[in-house]
Amino acid sequence: MAKKWNMIVDVARCDNCRVCFIAVKDEHNGNDFPGYAAAQPAQGHKWLDIQRKERGTYPMVDAHFMPTMCNHCDDAPCMKVARDGAVRKRDDGIVIIDPVKSKGQKQIVDACPYGTISWNEEQQIPQHWIFDAHLLDTGWTKTRAEQCCPTDVYRSVKVEDEEMQRIAAEEGLEVHRPELGTRPRVYYKNLHLITHCFVGGTVVTDIAGIEECAAGVEVVLSKDGREISRTSTDTFGEFKIDKLVPNSGDYHLEVSGAAGRFSGDFELGADSRYLGVIKLGAA
Amino acid sequence: MNLTVLLWGIPQAMRMVAKLYPQYAARLKERNLIAQFRLRDKPEGRWIQLDDGKVRTGKGLHQKPDLTIHFKNRAIAENFLTPPFDLLERIDAAKNFKIGLDGPDELAVWFMQTLTQLETVTWKAGTDMGNGVMRYTNGTNSGPIFVYVKDGKILRTTPIDFDDQDAPSWSIDARGKTFKPTRRTTIATHGACLKSMVYSKNRILQPMKRVDFDPDGERNIQNRGKSKFVPISWDEATDIVVKEIKRAKAVGPGAVCVANGSHHQWGNLGHYLAAFNRFWNLVGVTKLMHTPDSWEGWFWGAMHHWGNSLRLGCPEFYGTVEDCLKEAEMIVFWSSDPDATYGFDGTERREWARQLGIKMVHIDPYLNHTAAHLGGKWISPKPGTDAAMAQALCHVWITEGLYDKKFVAERTVGFDEWKAYILGEADGIAKTPEWQQQETGVPARDVRALAREWGTKKTYIGAGGWGVGLGGAGRSPMGVQWARMITILGAMQGYGRPGSNFGNLQFGAPLDFNFYFPGYGEGSFSGEMVASANTANNYQRMPHILTMSSVRQTIPRMWFPEAITQGKAMGYLTDVASMQGQFFPFGYPSPGHVRVEMLYKYGSSSLGSQVESSRWIKAYQHESLKFVVNQSVWWEGETPFADVILPACTVFERWDIGEWYNVGAGFVHHMYSMNNHRVIALQHKVIEPLGESKSDYDIFLSIAEKLGLGAVYSEGGTSELDWCKRVFDSSDMSKRLSWREFLKKGYYVVPAEAEAARAPTANRWFYEGRKKDTPEPYPLPSDYKQDYGSGLQTPSGKFEFVASNLKRVDDPDRPPLNQYMPVYEDSKREPELAEFPLQLLSPHSRYPFHLMGDDEGSSLRDIREHRVLHEDGHYYLVARINRQDAEARGIRDDDLIRLWNNRASVVCAAQVTDRLRPGVVSASTASAEYRPAGEPGKSTDLGGCINMLNTSKPIAKKTHGIRPNTTLIQIEKWTGVDTWQPAEVA
Repeated sequence: MAKKWNMIVDVARCDNCRVCFIAVKDEHNGNDFPGYAAAQPAQGHKWLDIQRKERGTYPMVDAHFMPTMCNHCDDAPCMKVARDGAVRKRDDGIVIIDPVKSKGQKQIVDACPYGTISWNEEQQIPQHWIFDAHLLDTGWTKTRAEQCCPTDVYRSVKVEDEEMQRIAAEEGLEVHRPELGTRPRVYYKNLHLITHCFVGGTVVTDIAGIEECAAGVEVVLSKDGREISRTSTDTFGEFKIDKLVPNSGDYHLEVSGAAGRFSGDFELGADSRYLGVIKLGAA
Repeated sequence: MNLTVLLWGIPQAMRMVAKLYPQYAARLKERNLIAQFRLRDKPEGRWIQLDDGKVRTGKGLHQKPDLTIHFKNRAIAENFLTPPFDLLERIDAAKNFKIGLDGPDELAVWFMQTLTQLETVTWKAGTDMGNGVMRYTNGTNSGPIFVYVKDGKILRTTPIDFDDQDAPSWSIDARGKTFKPTRRTTIATHGACLKSMVYSKNRILQPMKRVDFDPDGERNIQNRGKSKFVPISWDEATDIVVKEIKRAKAVGPGAVCVANGSHHQWGNLGHYLAAFNRFWNLVGVTKLMHTPDSWEGWFWGAMHHWGNSLRLGCPEFYGTVEDCLKEAEMIVFWSSDPDATYGFDGTERREWARQLGIKMVHIDPYLNHTAAHLGGKWISPKPGTDAAMAQALCHVWITEGLYDKKFVAERTVGFDEWKAYILGEADGIAKTPEWQQQETGVPARDVRALAREWGTKKTYIGAGGWGVGLGGAGRSPMGVQWARMITILGAMQGYGRPGSNFGNLQFGAPLDFNFYFPGYGEGSFSGEMVASANTANNYQRMPHILTMSSVRQTIPRMWFPEAITQGKAMGYLTDVASMQGQFFPFGYPSPGHVRVEMLYKYGSSSLGSQVESSRWIKAYQHESLKFVVNQSVWWEGETPFADVILPACTVFERWDIGEWYNVGAGFVHHMYSMNNHRVIALQHKVIEPLGESKSDYDIFLSIAEKLGLGAVYSEGGTSELDWCKRVFDSSDMSKRLSWREFLKKGYYVVPAEAEAARAPTANRWFYEGRKKDTPEPYPLPSDYKQDYGSGLQTPSGKFEFVASNLKRVDDPDRPPLNQYMPVYEDSKREPELAEFPLQLLSPHSRYPFHLMGDDEGSSLRDIREHRVLHEDGHYYLVARINRQDAEARGIRDDDLIRLWNNRASVVCAAQVTDRLRPGVVSASTASAEYRPAGEPGKSTDLGGCINMLNTSKPIAKKTHGIRPNTTLIQIEKWTGVDTWQPAEVA
């Protein structure tokens, strides 16, 4: 079995510094790489982009960032709609949209369910992130994005597919929207920071008539009578339970500390929930 | 060596080099001339004739030489011409008239550069990567890079991955783990986007003149910023400039004024502190004194509690990375977003802290980039009120006994008075957590919890982006109070104690602080002795001729517009040598000097970078300002407010040299400790200047030649590449590798200090009551009150809770005891502001560097958190607005919104967020563009000059400092129809 390229993207490491975003532009602005890609327009294209995801509401909120790019799918929808072999799959797994044969084939852009293919209006060609195949073919060991990333978000690996599946299982990697069945070669770590929700709150209590943060209070989250998660509040009386499925319905929360107890129900919608200040009874 | 032989050898060498190097043969064809070397005391010498590239020569004196280089006597000539050249001897000969030049200046410079090229033409730069690709190096404002070039065009730029030949990295053992930095340089987007900036559609590629400007007739000053420009030749452009310089100088001293931005493209030579200063010192000009604008609260406030004046009031940082990782249990980031503005070497170190489980707290009205990335507790005080929260922390510490009593007793003075104030014994108001809640909006319980955690755990205060300074809170109207509070919090917790200090891991990496390479603040070849750090080391290390302007007039930059429009502007000195320097008033007009008639603007755009910047438009259109030159690389918002525009090239199109983040002794000492490695880069000239653009140095040289100053300016025809070599020779690098090796590889990694020789931890000496042992020459010896090296710079030599130095200046905004005084813009106190309910934060952007990188052709513009492309084809600057405030106004993501107050009206693209405290808007001062919807200065700006909204009041009465953050504004959806007008000036 041939060794093939895969890209592993760690969402938790990305802080949206955008250096990779600029590096991909730097590589392709004004540069033609015949057989790989025609030059990218000076502005407007985002072959590699970064999606911003904010979760929660003020004052409990977090922000995460998900780099997105051509997934180099093994069952690529763009290949199916391409005429004249304009899109091909290399033996190393990389998908290349031929900059000459693809001229005028806008349907290639429309076919991508991830929206990662750009249309070059001037040259009338579809364009995408080529996994820096032109560099890897001449001895580079890293892609531009990977080489410039100061927080080591990216890890490109060239392994047999079985080995990749083993790595994915071992490290808990996911692909973006697996339900599409396109079999992406871009894998994500900590994708739940984008796709899942948290529920959080602030637990307080009165001590000698003064409101204080209730630290070390036990918080239990359950659903349909079954415990899902258990945590305790921090110094500031705050708790946060992550990896909940959006729109997953009703939950029950139990908060119990020396100062008293609280229990309540809430419904989880599409977004994360900050339940606000929960006041335990006076000590 | 014998003079006869030396002089015979020169033409021989020229012939030989021309034979071997075609570019030198081409050089010889550029001019036909007869140059002669001779002695002044005897009729002896030799002439050299260049005739269509042929070299003719003869012994003795020529009847009609075009150019004569004369030496006082034979010994001096032999000394001067015998290689290897002794620079001190050569400079001594030149500046004391032992040698001299007769002939046209331009020709002299050309001939001497031709002689220098006998050697330099043999030098080889860069690494051949095969397939016609060469790899060079350069420097950016976020770190050194590789530059790949093919067919005379930049292919790509990347950060540098070190190789096995580069010096090993340091490592730190902390709590059972070993940490070692990744062997590379890191850059930010403004360093990564530079190829797009070089080839930007917005480059200025030829000299230009405003169509309705006639230097000999109607100048149409009122049309600056409105009229179009036509291309002119360099010769015509410099003729106009020279004529105007002479005209203005005839009016009187100070009539020529020069203005530069605070920063420049990276590199020691092209920097305004070098090429620019050297030239204008020779002309004699009114200069602008900058405010300490990133430091404001530290400089005008914090300094008075502990000195550190030569760090602009900020604390030292040596050894803090190691101490923090080994000892600290918590880091409190206060107005601190290092990931936004300072590159990413420190980001890796903060990741180590996270791995070690060090707790993080972030105090900022915005959940900033660093906070979002690191996680931890977010506390968001109402902008401007941070000092109240800090005082409440003191209240908890005092009432619960959670402070370092031994340190307070032995190393400080004034605590009893401070304690009485905090407890309310002085004014009847106890500064309790509940008290602060009314001001800050931060729940009292959070302040109590933080105070107890802080008072019982070893804590680092990361104040400002550096962790040891800066920060948006220090640039608010309350900035002085906040920075003063930071020092007080540190003192109450015994700063210098293991694990208790200042920093956020952004500074203080264990590097070699003794290996000498000059920082840009040392001014390189400027010759400037006062307004740079030249005297600290550079002047001894790199012999060069000093320069000094005979004009003593200085204008406070913040009020330059008032100087022009009102003829008067007073300020206070940004003098760092002592704690009293800042009490000195200065101003315009200065005694014996005249009003400014001509402005030479050098890069950047004041409309984006200066507070209440529509004032600049008024100045530009004021009848007293008779002539304006703008010398820039890119067409920016301020560029068209000129009469003549001169195109400068980028740092990729000229030679330079520099060490990343080395500012230099006397400015901000050892600033490179922000990096994981000290990296010195030769900044190769990788392509020829685009269009007709020229390097700043060559532009100044061409003007200097028309003033007869060319040979003086270039110190006898020294080129930028020659200066690079002289800088190299002056540094310790010349002891470690050869010039030719450096020129080829392009960078050098300074070996890290051996573990046993690492600098001691900052402030530990003070904590332990020892003499100062950290490697900075501050304070000046004269500023010690007792034994040299003992105690602080303060009048008492101790940390002063009540700043006695402030008793020496009568400033109501800076009382010796740091009382809480709410002086931010507030409609409760100022009813005329009632229609402006939102507080505006205007931080530095994390994408452009100030506004460098925001060029209209830059790839940066596609960053959605910086600008958003709208249907009209224009990129609008992003303004972040809280979700509740947005919903109340029907505003959604990417909507065009108008931010306005009585000063200005600016259209931005909305980014709706929960990361901001309700009632707060955040938009960066990052616009290089100015796009007025109507009349410049009197209509809405579509470009994004946020600073137009900010006040030009000083941060405290007797200061020259900005206070932009917390400006009150209103926001609405932009209708596309501009009805805004500036409020009538009372």
